[in-house]
Amino acid sequence: MAKQYETVIGLEVHIELSTKTKIFCGCSTAFGKEANTQVCPVCAGMPGALPVLNRQVLRSALAMGLALGCKVNQLCKFDRKNYFYPDNPQNYQISQLYLPICHDGALEIVGGFGKKQVRIHEMHMEEDAGKLIHDDWSDSSLADFNRSGVPLLEIVSEPDMRSAEEVTAYLEQLRKIAQYLGVSDCRLQEGSMRADVNLSVRELGSTEFGTRTEMKNLNSFKAIAHAIEGERERQIELLEEGKAVIQETRRWDDNKESSKPMRSKEDAKDYRYFPDPDLVPIRIPDAWIEEVRREQPEFAGQRAARYQQEYGFSAADAALLTEYKNLADIFEKAVQLAAPAKKAANWLTGETFRIARERGLALEKIALLPLDLVNFLAEVEKGNLNNQAAKKVFEAMLAENREPLVYMEEQQLRTVRDSGLLERIAQKVLEENPTAVKEFLDGKEKVFGFLVGNVMKEMRGKAAPDEVRAVLLEKLK
Amino acid sequence: MAERITMETIQNIGILAKLELSQEEAQKAREEMQKMLDYVEKLKELDTDNIEPMSHIFPVFNVFREDVVTNTNEREAMLANAPKEQDGQFVVPKTIGES
Amino acid sequence: MERMRWDALSLGEKIRSGEVSVKEAVDAAYRAIEEKDAKVHAFLTLTREEAYRRAEEVQEGIRKGLYSSRLAGVPIAVKDNICTRGVRTTCASRMLENFVPPYSATAWELLEREGLILIGKTNMDEFAMGSTTETSAFGSTKNPRNLEHVAGGSSGGSCAAVAAGEVLVALGSDTGGSIRQPSSYCGVTGLKPTYGTVSRSGLVAYASSLDQIGPIATSVADCAALLELLAKKDERDSTSMDRSDLAGIGETVREWSKTVGEQEKNLVGVRVGVPKEYVNEHVQPEVRRAVEEAAEALALRGAEVESCSLALSEYVIPTYYLIACAEASSNLERFDGVKYGYRSKEYQGLHEMYKKSRSEGFGEEVKRRIMLGTFVLSSGYYDAYYLKALRAKALIKKEFDQLFSRYDLLLGPAAPTTAPKLGTSLQDPMLMYLSDIDTVAVNLAGLPALTLPWSEDAAGLPVGVQILADCFGEKKIFRAASCLEWDSKRR
Repeated sequence: MAKQYETVIGLEVHIELSTKTKIFCGCSTAFGKEANTQVCPVCAGMPGALPVLNRQVLRSALAMGLALGCKVNQLCKFDRKNYFYPDNPQNYQISQLYLPICHDGALEIVGGFGKKQVRIHEMHMEEDAGKLIHDDWSDSSLADFNRSGVPLLEIVSEPDMRSAEEVTAYLEQLRKIAQYLGVSDCRLQEGSMRADVNLSVRELGSTEFGTRTEMKNLNSFKAIAHAIEGERERQIELLEEGKAVIQETRRWDDNKESSKPMRSKEDAKDYRYFPDPDLVPIRIPDAWIEEVRREQPEFAGQRAARYQQEYGFSAADAALLTEYKNLADIFEKAVQLAAPAKKAANWLTGETFRIARERGLALEKIALLPLDLVNFLAEVEKGNLNNQAAKKVFEAMLAENREPLVYMEEQQLRTVRDSGLLERIAQKVLEENPTAVKEFLDGKEKVFGFLVGNVMKEMRGKAAPDEVRAVLLEKLK
Repeated sequence: MAERITMETIQNIGILAKLELSQEEAQKAREEMQKMLDYVEKLKELDTDNIEPMSHIFPVFNVFREDVVTNTNEREAMLANAPKEQDGQFVVPKTIGES
Repeated sequence: MERMRWDALSLGEKIRSGEVSVKEAVDAAYRAIEEKDAKVHAFLTLTREEAYRRAEEVQEGIRKGLYSSRLAGVPIAVKDNICTRGVRTTCASRMLENFVPPYSATAWELLEREGLILIGKTNMDEFAMGSTTETSAFGSTKNPRNLEHVAGGSSGGSCAAVAAGEVLVALGSDTGGSIRQPSSYCGVTGLKPTYGTVSRSGLVAYASSLDQIGPIATSVADCAALLELLAKKDERDSTSMDRSDLAGIGETVREWSKTVGEQEKNLVGVRVGVPKEYVNEHVQPEVRRAVEEAAEALALRGAEVESCSLALSEYVIPTYYLIACAEASSNLERFDGVKYGYRSKEYQGLHEMYKKSRSEGFGEEVKRRIMLGTFVLSSGYYDAYYLKALRAKALIKKEFDQLFSRYDLLLGPAAPTTAPKLGTSLQDPMLMYLSDIDTVAVNLAGLPALTLPWSEDAAGLPVGVQILADCFGEKKIFRAASCLEWDSKRR
């Protein structure tokens, strides 16, 4: 019988903090600006430039660490990690090795696999590197330091995960926490959340760990799932052939759907960490920890439980609504402005998720005005928007930031309540379709839909379907 | 006895520090470093058990800046000293395939 | 104005009163440079055009009463590892031969704001690594007192410029004695302030935990006046300290320097220790005698002087070189031919570009220290060397703490010998390192220390003495130094 294998996975997750400025200088962190326009002597590694820590970075790190149930190193320091690479202007990265800000936490994940605790080994603050763009037409690369010095949190888990689903659940959970704290938007695609996967396999039942590899460059949940599957198979194959797994770093190629080792003879892995003499240690008094703890927000799980209680939502609906903090916030504010809770929730989940998917919108960036949602729901309630028109208006609100009342007038989507017009059109449709009328009167009720459809068409969709039905039935009597 | 410095050590240092040494230079570097390490061996005489390593002279903690943007676009100044520049970026030999 | 015969404060006064114009002061500096610098080679870059432009601006500012400093309009030289916006800053290295920083070091910014005029950038040991200014990639600086001897280092250019009368004041930097030793060799007065007193922002780092910028001048009072302008807490440097205790120090020391001679026992109650390790048999007799004479002079003024011991003295050099080289190996990683500085002409691929640029751009001594530093931080050796050195540093600091619980000041030489002949020091780097014995402990412990000229040796080379105090004790140093300055002129 073939051997059974177990996959053992630990993650190193980098989260880009959404502070206004970089970790050690006053440059903006705004995303997507022209190359090297948010760069100063500090983050460009110019001679004599010195780092000074951004207070907000420490605050965000504390908030995240506490949310992960970590212990805080009340004396923490920054160290230099030395390695040459052109995206790293100082050729050392300021990070934390010896005394990271947090350690020994845990994160609960839930999924098809049940409920599970993933232990957090440590979490530290560090600076991001710049970006290298490879010029296809020459043998050179171009360095842009806009991202150099953007603050990162690196969260290192213990090897507690066993499948891609668990990994996905872990990442989603981290994302939710960071978003509820407001410390990061955690977008895998934009690189504001990055995961390196440490993976080994072992025979089921074994208590020893196998040799692990580290995989980098995973930019989507799909890439992560495929990389895990691929690496698991590669390692099992080696073991089955009686070969050893080599401890190494591998780079995932999304196009080829395979990984290859990142090795070079010039790449001696010896980072020569030592305490950065340019930065003074951080001493975190109990009072700061207490303050951050006091200011921790209501997290997704707590909020979902409250929604179940306050609005009678099902567990699944409540979970869906609290998946993205911004959507849950819109919901709460709309309800405060007297929106019907159930209806608001429905629009903010089903339709919102569909539109986001179809139009490629980032759910965490949706910024619907609660008042617009309230007005919109009122129009629907009053019957001024039929189902189809309502969807159109809602999409415009979401994707184009349109004001619903203005938009529906502009597009003439308001349901027409002029019964004189409706009567005339209904009459006309009946006269133009004698066969259908006859069939209906003979008892073929299915034809009724055809007649309703024709009236709606003539009305350009602006009639309320229940009214059309009533008028037609009246005339057919 | 101090650590023996071999040619391999010197080669490895060259990789880490990105310095290229001729055979002759490497040999000289090896000898000098050996001499220096033999000398610093003296420190081993010092009993430093239970002594905390001292990085900073003063017990100063918690120096921060506020999260306020103070820098503006200074791209031209930042690129003015670049040995090679293209489209507002620093040009380096192609890094793909290397690591 | 023929040449500058006064100290900087007197010149400042004459500029203020209108007796001398700023332009005349600048003229005098450049005239002296024309006359002497071909031989001394104190300067790497002269900023003539900008200096005259500024001279006009500052003259106008003085007329309008915009400057409060007594040093407004005074020409100054700045060591070439201190960034000066728009002015080439080379660190005396091929690596930065054409580097023009788009920013200024805080130290220079402060002086510029007070109306001091930059005359030029001075020569130094490459990246401040060396004790003779002979590791400069652009030729060594000669000792103005005897051109066959070195000026000392690494701030050799700044000290020589002052000694030659090219300028009256200069900025240097001191990581292991780089202000005090060349001051002693050249016969000028130089101060290494308490760590954190002067911002390091814009000082090209050699060893960040040891580097300090400081003043070099012809008098104690000038040093104090400059220090007062420089000692400002800087938000750009996390290790910068609040030294508001130094407010008014310039005026105080100026007053002392004029009056100490009239009182006799003005050091009553001041306890001075003379570490016997600083005056042992390895020290040149004239240097030893200078320290003994200075000790007597202090005693004559009422100080309680006694011999003491700095038992850990023999460990300071290994401790210093391990820490300094480790930090340097990391600090100098940024010089890679990507963002600024030298890039090799021919290379294939990234790693060769790095290696060739750095190997061609750095001089021998710099490479030697980078390699040692890289080794002591590397895996397997970090604890045995680097951490061991940080522990030794803690012990050295502790020993100074104990000494300063008994003494207000320590007295010693700034180097075991007077300035050696050119071309003799670099032959054996180990021997050169050992000559730093009298200065490096001060940097390890973060202390302030000042060197002032005391006597001359048989060859007519200056002999200086060094006064050390506990951290933040600059004022005590200035008090004793004012006395010694007075006494040295009346020996």
